[in-house]
Amino acid sequence: MAVSVKNLDSREFFFGHKACAGCGGSLAVRIALKVLGARAVAVLPAGCMSAVGFNFPQLAFSNNALITPFAATASVMTGIEAGLRRRGEIAHVVGFAGDGGTADIGLQALSGAIDRGDNLIYICYDNEAYMNTGIQKSGLTPFGARTTTTPITGSVRRKKDMLAIVAANGAEYAASASVGYLDDYVTKIEKAAAKPGFKYIHVIAPCPTGWGIKTNETIEIAREAVDVGLWRLREYENGQWLENCAPSRPEDLVKHLTRQGRFSALDTDKLEETKNV
Amino acid sequence: MRLKPLPDTIPDCTAFEAGYLVTQNGGWRSERPVIDEAKCVKCRQCYLYCPDGTISQEISVDYDFCKGCGICAKICKPGAIAMRREADYA
Repeated sequence: MAVSVKNLDSREFFFGHKACAGCGGSLAVRIALKVLGARAVAVLPAGCMSAVGFNFPQLAFSNNALITPFAATASVMTGIEAGLRRRGEIAHVVGFAGDGGTADIGLQALSGAIDRGDNLIYICYDNEAYMNTGIQKSGLTPFGARTTTTPITGSVRRKKDMLAIVAANGAEYAASASVGYLDDYVTKIEKAAAKPGFKYIHVIAPCPTGWGIKTNETIEIAREAVDVGLWRLREYENGQWLENCAPSRPEDLVKHLTRQGRFSALDTDKLEETKNV
Repeated sequence: MRLKPLPDTIPDCTAFEAGYLVTQNGGWRSERPVIDEAKCVKCRQCYLYCPDGTISQEISVDYDFCKGCGICAKICKPGAIAMRREADYA
């Protein structure tokens, strides 16, 4: 049965964490665990969610969870899955890595796990920079976004197309989602949970601290990114790409960018340029 | 949510019981969400979109852990949630 707000698990599996107020990433973790249930094993590399979830002796996860070396998310998941299978236990192994832990540091382990076709769910919560260590540019920082390592002009590089990379590696299922549209995100996790093989979900998770937005604007910004066409909701399944929706108001792109503090380095010309990148 | 006491002895490893909560987050708040029962239509969008899971399915706020981000007030279509100054409740 399809999971919706009515029949979503009422238990909280990610509670009491120390994430900043209005954190999009913690919402992505919280909802994913509600769908996957109490038996799911959460695997987290160094990153925001491990920094806020495991504050000795406070443990915000109420299912099994552990921290891995930064580069080894997918490898550790492989090991846990093999161990569970050996013991005859049936549980989802889910990884929550940030954009840096996925697109830069953990990419090699991720590619290896896809190659082995292990039965895993890998969720990348994308807040578009290394937020945990103080907003440094990552491979998924978009063009023009100001970070502490790109302080003057903002990032001069485009965002990596992680979904295409994962699909090209041969994942069973890959999808992009947004914390602004949780119904869609929940459906995609459910779909991933039902499939064997390696599943990848890339969820955009605004960060009020790093993006220069108000704490209550997280959801609005995450929705807007989809509506203006900056973040496309796509699925890759059986070797086919599927676009979930067309941008509903692409004309608001500049408005969307100017309301975020991180794009303040962009002048009018550069803002026009972003339409092409 | 009930807090657990700090352990008397220092544990010899970092493996802990799941969901081991010893500190609250309520003190981070400068504004608190206050729900107007009369306007609430129980759509549960605030429960769904709360990053901290502090709003229950029966729409009551756990003020020990609410950080006061204001997402619930913004997502609420009937406008049943108002953000009030925390200082007035001290």
